[in-house]
Amino acid sequence: MKAEDSLSIAAPSESHPLQKAGTTLVALAILSAFIAAFGAGIQYPVLFFWLIISLSVSGGILYSIPVYKSLAGIKNNGVMFAKSTSRGAIAWGIAILFTGFYIILYWFPSLLEGLIRIMDPLSYVLRGIKADHWFLYGTFYSLAILIMGIKFIGKYRHSRYHVIRTFSVMFFQLGFAFLIPAFLIKLNQPEFYFSYFWPLKYSYLFPNDVQSLISSGNVGFFMVFWGAVMTFIATPILTYNYGKRWYCSWVCGCGGLAETLGDPYRHLSDKSLKAWKIERWMVYSVLVFVTVTTLLLWLNSWKGGAILGDLSGSFAKWYGFLIGSVFSGVIGTGFYPLMGGRVWCRFGCPMAAILGIFQRFKSKFRITTNGGQCISCGNCSTYCEMGIDVRAYAQKGENVIRASCVGCGICASVCPRGVLKLENLAEEGRFDPYIRPEDK
Amino acid sequence: MHIVIIGNGITGITCARNIRKADPEAEISVISSESEHFFSRTALMYIYMGHMKYEHTKPYEDWFWKKNRIKLIRGHVRYIGTEFKTLSLVDGSMIHYSKLIIATGSKPNKFGWPGQDLKGVQGLYSLQDLESMNVHTSGIEHAVVVGGGLIGIEMAEMLLSRNIQVTFLVREKAYWDNVLPAEEASLISRHIQKHHINLLVETELKEIISDENGRVKSIITSRGEEINCQFVGLTAGVNPNIDFLKDSGIQTNKGILVNEFLETNIQNVFAAGDCAEFRNPKPNHPAVEQLWYTGKLQAEALSKTISGKRTVYERGIWFNSAKFLDIEYQTYGLIFSKLNQDEASFYWEHPNGQIAFRATYKKASRELIGFNFLGLRFRQNVAERWINSKISVDQAIRNLKEGWFDAEFSKPHYIEILDAFSACTDFKKVN
Repeated sequence: MKAEDSLSIAAPSESHPLQKAGTTLVALAILSAFIAAFGAGIQYPVLFFWLIISLSVSGGILYSIPVYKSLAGIKNNGVMFAKSTSRGAIAWGIAILFTGFYIILYWFPSLLEGLIRIMDPLSYVLRGIKADHWFLYGTFYSLAILIMGIKFIGKYRHSRYHVIRTFSVMFFQLGFAFLIPAFLIKLNQPEFYFSYFWPLKYSYLFPNDVQSLISSGNVGFFMVFWGAVMTFIATPILTYNYGKRWYCSWVCGCGGLAETLGDPYRHLSDKSLKAWKIERWMVYSVLVFVTVTTLLLWLNSWKGGAILGDLSGSFAKWYGFLIGSVFSGVIGTGFYPLMGGRVWCRFGCPMAAILGIFQRFKSKFRITTNGGQCISCGNCSTYCEMGIDVRAYAQKGENVIRASCVGCGICASVCPRGVLKLENLAEEGRFDPYIRPEDK
Repeated sequence: MHIVIIGNGITGITCARNIRKADPEAEISVISSESEHFFSRTALMYIYMGHMKYEHTKPYEDWFWKKNRIKLIRGHVRYIGTEFKTLSLVDGSMIHYSKLIIATGSKPNKFGWPGQDLKGVQGLYSLQDLESMNVHTSGIEHAVVVGGGLIGIEMAEMLLSRNIQVTFLVREKAYWDNVLPAEEASLISRHIQKHHINLLVETELKEIISDENGRVKSIITSRGEEINCQFVGLTAGVNPNIDFLKDSGIQTNKGILVNEFLETNIQNVFAAGDCAEFRNPKPNHPAVEQLWYTGKLQAEALSKTISGKRTVYERGIWFNSAKFLDIEYQTYGLIFSKLNQDEASFYWEHPNGQIAFRATYKKASRELIGFNFLGLRFRQNVAERWINSKISVDQAIRNLKEGWFDAEFSKPHYIEILDAFSACTDFKKVN
């Protein structure tokens, strides 16, 4: 008998007609974006702006209607069969599209001229200046979080944790990462993202940024102060009390995109022990890299460039290229349909690395395992976007305390036996496994 | 010493792992004809529904077995020769053991229904059953599930996930009301109907009708109704998978007869999990325990015995859990479908009809006996401590928050429960 060899259970993945219609509209929006980019956007900016926005929004809404109409509860039916979510042809197509978009965005933005121009009217309203490729990107990014956020809330509407948390990432993206920076430009203030801190937004503690912010006036001075307070004071305190989730799955834009646009792909993260080893090497190397770069820059600036010459500058340049662009953008988002939504957060984000160290060694946060109730089914591990083998802990009655856990809470939701709970309790005893009264 | 384990389910594998932990030297072999590696049987439904793939259901990566020197043998045991401590496999090979653990699990019950062996008629227990179900439900429109237990509702949910209409035959007055008290059974029954499953209560299977190709075409119920269907799931319980033990000298009844140490009548032969039957079960406990949890706990006790510390299997405070479509169920302590004479119970149900709570207690002393939770989660260690220390039901309900395990930001239903309990006539103010 060779059951598992032939056990390639495949079902016709029938999606709802409304979802097909929604997908078609989104595809049309992407097609319109191509047409706009090839020059039509320069001629008819307003038309294409509304066309793309209305197609994608209505597509998203149509797609979400069946989600809201089905009975509330975990419905991952067909996730492993659908070509879009099981590394099929559609997934590869989307991955190539995403990756290509990032490559063009970072290195050949002139190719996007037609698309950028359609953003001019909105950019004038919000920022008072014409659009650039980063504004285009920010608009698309926010739109993706909002549309997919609405779908996500529908899918998990039986859990208030997920509803509130998703409103939170939508709020921080729209307000802190899109509107406020735009208004700051309109008010002739430095563009600043109050929801990003060093080392994720590494330049906020680089001497150049700090000096130019301070010299720009009181608002700039407050921004430097805000950034420093968030990095050095608020981060440890919040992480001690709530775990790294306060940032990674409640505030951060990268996390916000992963939780919403990336949700259909969360099961694609690698759960093997090997992947965990690679993760630890990579993410802490990035942290060391950015820390060394920052220190070198300050040393250089302090010595007036006397000792290091251009070394620190090239460190910063390489960090920006390798980590800031290639890793967080091209790979981090481009690979969503192949490796899940948290590739960057897991393998590359230095902020996640620091938060993780706090979470592992000095925090009240844990995912409590409820006694001996685990049936080892594997839903928790499968749907962990960070690739944590949650089941390995749960089946031993151990609490899940891992540096990488972003506290999204999906493991606890997909568990069919109510075994897991995210919570902040006393630090003492958080590593103690469950022992039956009979075995004590 | 060669320890041979027949069966690589939760019981067999828990034995193998725990014996290895206690004894780095022992030679350990696990024989299975079902799968090369250990997988979680409870997750079979999720493979069919597309929530997971087979590989996700394996709790240990494939390198784990070699690293821990647990030898995995793919084969089917034909005969056990207890006299010379040998096993003969279907492929003709022989294996010698020093100690033998039989953990072969269950097989689905078939009660001699006419047509029970037709194509498209099956139970659901093994990987092979799942594969067969996948083949036989492909492209079909209507299925019938017979038997209102835990596998039955899982099968109904599986079929539903592929847009197959389901008729669910249940012998009892409401789904699982031989285990759940009437209110809980009724709540779940309503939930089943909400999912557009055609639940037929007090209805049994009489006959399965074949088409010209030997495939199921319809069934006839005990009420004489004919229901067209292309698939029939037989989920009226399971029974120990022990047919291969005939003539081995190992005593069996329904299952392999064992004492409280899980020892059979033959020295150095042990049995645990679904296939074992206790000669002297504790009062109120079944002789054959067919749960994931009991399989695991029996294996933990047996591993100690095998590793030299003879240990009695203690079930401990009863607990179980399940999920009925969207509604989770947790139970602690022994709550039967009908209260005993000296028992009373308090039941609360949320107006949405999907969340419920029950506490059962001794009438006279008000000592807590146990809880049922539907759509709610509760801490096992708190329930165990309360039941063990015999606190009063009043004290328990007053302190429900302590054991509350619902996700953060969930509505604090324990407040409504306390309010409802306070409004009850039999509420006694005890602090």
